[in-house]
Amino acid sequence: MAVETSRRDFIGMAFGGFAAAGGVIALGAMKKTWDPLPSVQSAGFITVDLSSMREGEVQTIQWRGKPIFILKKSADMPKNEKRDIVAGGSRYAVMIGLCTHLGCIPTWTPSTKQFKCACHGGEFDASGVNTFGPPPRPMDIPPFKIDGAKLVLGEEGPEYKKLVPKKA
Amino acid sequence: MAEIRKATGFIDWLDQRLAVNKFIKVMMTEYWIPKNINFLWAMGVVLMVLFMILIVSGIFLLMYYKPDIKLAFDSVNYTIMQEVEYGWLWRHIHGVSASVIFLVIYIHMFTGIYYGSYKKGREIIWLTGMALFGMFSAEAFSGYMLPWGQMSYWAAQVITNLFGGIPFIGEALVVWIRGDFLVADATLTRFFMLHVLLLPLVILLLIAVHFYSLRVPHVNNQESEEFDFEDEAKKYLDGKKVESKVVPFWPVFLSKDFFVVGVALTIFFYLVCFHYDFAMDPINFEPANNMKTPAHIYPEWYFLWSYEVLRGFFFDIAGVAAMDIGLAAFGFANVIFMLLPFLDRNTDHVAPAHKRPLFFVWFWLLLIDMIVLTVYGKLPPTGNNAWVGFGATITFLVLFILLPIITKMEANCKCHNGGCK
Repeated sequence: MAVETSRRDFIGMAFGGFAAAGGVIALGAMKKTWDPLPSVQSAGFITVDLSSMREGEVQTIQWRGKPIFILKKSADMPKNEKRDIVAGGSRYAVMIGLCTHLGCIPTWTPSTKQFKCACHGGEFDASGVNTFGPPPRPMDIPPFKIDGAKLVLGEEGPEYKKLVPKKA
Repeated sequence: MAEIRKATGFIDWLDQRLAVNKFIKVMMTEYWIPKNINFLWAMGVVLMVLFMILIVSGIFLLMYYKPDIKLAFDSVNYTIMQEVEYGWLWRHIHGVSASVIFLVIYIHMFTGIYYGSYKKGREIIWLTGMALFGMFSAEAFSGYMLPWGQMSYWAAQVITNLFGGIPFIGEALVVWIRGDFLVADATLTRFFMLHVLLLPLVILLLIAVHFYSLRVPHVNNQESEEFDFEDEAKKYLDGKKVESKVVPFWPVFLSKDFFVVGVALTIFFYLVCFHYDFAMDPINFEPANNMKTPAHIYPEWYFLWSYEVLRGFFFDIAGVAAMDIGLAAFGFANVIFMLLPFLDRNTDHVAPAHKRPLFFVWFWLLLIDMIVLTVYGKLPPTGNNAWVGFGATITFLVLFILLPIITKMEANCKCHNGGCK
């Protein structure tokens, strides 16, 4: 009787073990199925020529479906050594143009030299640092490389690594 | 196998094979409903009818809708609205019933809270009901983004971004949910799958469990009176129909339900035919643009209260970022109703709110506070609006923190059978 019971227990446990292993593998497959496709992940690098920009002008370009703000700083805008990018002798603020609160796109207000997010009233200064409202951190800096007066987005150059010591 | 005789008729033929007579008795003619209940108890049947309307209209929309970011907007706004005969009707029925079903869900919920129908023995009904509310929310949201208009696009952007607030895995999780670095085609197709297959299946299953869980502790009544359903049913079957406190679901009770459903459908089709626009945001008639955010983003009216809780905290407190507090409050708001049976510490006493003075005040404060949250959730969060939203959010949180305290006080007060009057 005892032998019978333990044999049945073994069959039960063996079946349960196989089912659990299969379940884990299936869950792994389901997770992978929802991952971005390779064509999405390899969304290309973008090169932006900064030499034609005027001082105080904001340019918005699209990179990996996200807006990137490039602002050529004028002399009256405060410098931010931790965030400014120097290329071709000029200072630029480059950031992913998404509010760090919930991802809306803030708009540049030239009169106050601020980025304002209409969704929840967040405000950022000309360097992309949050100054008011719910955004928890400055706008993110996209990975970039400086190539003379050109900016290559998507590649992590030495200047980028200096600005972003370690990225989680 | 049971002995199969020659059938006396079609019903008898079925009865021998499917026990239909027994089934009809259990489900309809001997399913006992208290007499002492008002029209608010018909909301369950109204919801069932609205859900059926959603499924039927959804099937007709599904035949022309195209889940592709290049085609989705036109398939709705051109093909369905202009080319398909009566396509506009199905869309308006679908849109309006999606909106109205939430109004009825809220009435259904607050009826349950008012009469204490979530307490003592009816916890599973409450829990499955709240699970249904959660699934309906996911269903409404996933459907809202399908027309690929500006508001639905940015709603999807904001809602998927909420997952970014989860520590450590947040950002990777957002990309995983979207299947792209932004809300894109992969996101649309998977939300389409959720909206037309997975979530409706889960909802149907939950409805079955919700109904089943009602059968064992039975329906509550206006006085929250406890009585023996079997004794009362016996009286009814013995012909003492006036004396008995119960009536059968079919045909007696459903006749009352049909009347309420009739009134509800009159209002519903009035809305569908003359005021369908209240369920259609004008910004959604502009195609989605991932490079331009609408000036002011807000969800449909039924999510406004929890949206306002999310953005109620607009300044950092004690070094904790406003966004994190907001997310925590939002999470709290979305699970706290689920816990209601366990927050009410007056466990033994089921009574309507007007027989529980402290709870009565609590109930109306909660309802008013949620209306305030809803109104301010729609307004831009600037100046005084932000402070009203903040105050209402705090009130909401405090009310739920107070609930165990006031119900415990009530339970400790022995006068009037714990009713404390």
